[in-house]
Amino acid sequence: MSEAAILCRDLVKRFGAFTAVDRVSFEVKPGTVFGFLGPNGSGKSTTIRMLCGLLLPTSGRAAVGGVDVARNPEGVKRQIGYMSQRFSLYQDLTVRENLEFYAGVYRIPRRERQARIEEVMTRTGVIADAGTLAGDMSVGVRQRLALGAALLHRPAIVFLDEPTSGVDPISRRRFWTLIGELSAEGITALVTTHHMDEAQRCDELVLMRTGRVVARGTPADLIVAHAPPVILSVRCDRPQEALAIVQKTSGVRRAAVRGVRLHVAAEDDGLAERLDAELTSAGHACTEVRRIGATLEDVFMELAMGEAPP
Amino acid sequence: MERVIELVRKEFRQLRRDPNMLRFMLVVPVIQLILFGYAVSTDIKHLRVVVCDMDRTAASRDLVRALGSSEHFDVVAHVDRPRDLDGWLDRGHAAVALSIPPGMARKLDQGQRASVQALLDGSDANTGTVAIAYLSRFFMAQSESLADGNAPDRPGIRVETRVWYNPTLASAVFMVPGAMCVIIGLAATIATALAIVKEREIGTIEQLIVTPISSWELMLGKTLPYLGVGMANATAILLANALLFHVPLRGSLALLMAVTALFLVCSLAIGLLISTLSRTQQQAMLTAFFFLMPNFLLSGFMFPIENMPQAFQWATTILPLRYFLVIVRGIFLKGVGLPDIVGQLLPLSALTVAIMTLAVTRFAKRLD
Ligand SMILES: Nc1ncnc2c1ncn2[C@@H]1O[C@H](COP(=O)(O)OP(=O)(O)O)[C@@H](O)[C@H]1O
Ligand SMILES: [Mg+2]
Repeated sequence: MSEAAILCRDLVKRFGAFTAVDRVSFEVKPGTVFGFLGPNGSGKSTTIRMLCGLLLPTSGRAAVGGVDVARNPEGVKRQIGYMSQRFSLYQDLTVRENLEFYAGVYRIPRRERQARIEEVMTRTGVIADAGTLAGDMSVGVRQRLALGAALLHRPAIVFLDEPTSGVDPISRRRFWTLIGELSAEGITALVTTHHMDEAQRCDELVLMRTGRVVARGTPADLIVAHAPPVILSVRCDRPQEALAIVQKTSGVRRAAVRGVRLHVAAEDDGLAERLDAELTSAGHACTEVRRIGATLEDVFMELAMGEAPP
Repeated sequence: MERVIELVRKEFRQLRRDPNMLRFMLVVPVIQLILFGYAVSTDIKHLRVVVCDMDRTAASRDLVRALGSSEHFDVVAHVDRPRDLDGWLDRGHAAVALSIPPGMARKLDQGQRASVQALLDGSDANTGTVAIAYLSRFFMAQSESLADGNAPDRPGIRVETRVWYNPTLASAVFMVPGAMCVIIGLAATIATALAIVKEREIGTIEQLIVTPISSWELMLGKTLPYLGVGMANATAILLANALLFHVPLRGSLALLMAVTALFLVCSLAIGLLISTLSRTQQQAMLTAFFFLMPNFLLSGFMFPIENMPQAFQWATTILPLRYFLVIVRGIFLKGVGLPDIVGQLLPLSALTVAIMTLAVTRFAKRLD
């Protein structure tokens, strides 16, 4: 195996007495798409900012492209592209002006500059908006522009912090097609997301909670290792009201309404009958209790909502 | 350098799209100058003077006679006791109350500096302003003629003026150069601090510092545009003065502009320093006022430094504006040249370097 594109060892970041990132370790293989999951405030952005040389780690070690982030942050900056979770290009500049500015800042040779800007605009599909102020564009287009700016200098590693938050499904798909293309070109991408369909597309994932890594592996590994034993899909009348009854039934870890059905994470197989009985006795006609396969979402709920890590 | 140019270009593009900012930086200063300089007045003659001569010597009588014979002042009454002077001012029967202390003639004879006190009715700012100017001119002339006649190094008579009712008035001649200093310093400091803090507040700084741009390039790129704006500012103020106040520029325009550029660099450095101390634009504004208020009060812009308590006088030595004021008033009003301002230029340069160094060390290309 070649050297890791990103490597973290016991990375810690404290803000005063508060520990935002607590002994985080993981590594990312070159050319892969690496997913970062975790509820808000779990320390994803803080970790990324340390990896990009924006924040100094309190302790621990991290290397990006083989360069130590604490000792040589500027060396790291040369080889990475970064998309902040908050849109951080200039809203009062046009798409082209933003790209021209960053092309200059990255010192892309003058004769290549225009071609590079056109290439990036075409690739991210913002070329039709070249003359529009960034502030006047939809979130989806804006995020693609931000990705374009992060790719201008052809970095080997990109950090994308919640690139698809607040973006419509079509733009999201388009965005992930782009990420797939980058990966095919050998670019390493570290992406944070709240969307499980996106997590599913990652080669490997890390799940964070309150500053710690609580699980890692491929999506399939995570399901095997961390999904609740049984997932039931229950179809009954008035699911909203039935939810309260289900949540009180012993052996139920978690339940939620999904459309006309209830999605139930259970301890054991025997729950199906018990649930049926409970619901029927409470007057909810139960038409179906079906066992279904676990998804990443179940893993996420299990790890993010369950007992806090020690 | 290429990155700096790119930053400057970007900054101007943004400024062009933000008419409010441009207005703040170019129009507001001129309006401020007009407000400050409003104390301008046309010639006022026959100001009523009440005199309390406690010296009662030939010299003091000559002084009063000379004052009354000038076209600006009419001596309307004499009183015996100083406290009787108050009534004349209170009732508005006199605009100036002059009090000559006992021993004036004796002090002058002994080669010491003598003081007389003048109380002024400041409720009419224009009249009060002009009265001060005429009084100082009168006593300066008196001192000179005394010096001519006797020992050339004689300290002469100093007039201590106290203005009642409205103590901060000053004449346009004195006000315009001072106001220019205060206004361009204020605008440059605030514009720089805001330009940087704004990027931090809306988050664009994050994208910028994740590039390999160096701290130096970033700082230059964020301050140079405001040096340009500041120079435009100074030019606008000089034009406004030429059109409205006609305070003549006696010294060299080139020297004035060169020193202005230095002072602007110093103001930009203060702005940079403030930006390292503030997270939001609001904080930056407050910090800027915290820094700049002492400048207003202690720099000599409003109150003469030599009248301040000793501790305050020491404190003023770290105010860049203090030196710049003296230089600008010197160039403007006295027409002094480079050799005359070295004594002010050196501390101003030293402060600029010190503040810049502090700002640069504090300015980190990081978020924490
Ligand atoms: N500069 C900071 N100062 C203090 N606390 C911070 C700072 N940045 C982040 N935090 C805190 O650290 C925790 C982790 O934040 P963050 O890394 O943004 O989480 P995530 O990206 O997973 O939502 C949060 O509780 C946040 O409030
Ligand atoms: Mg975040």
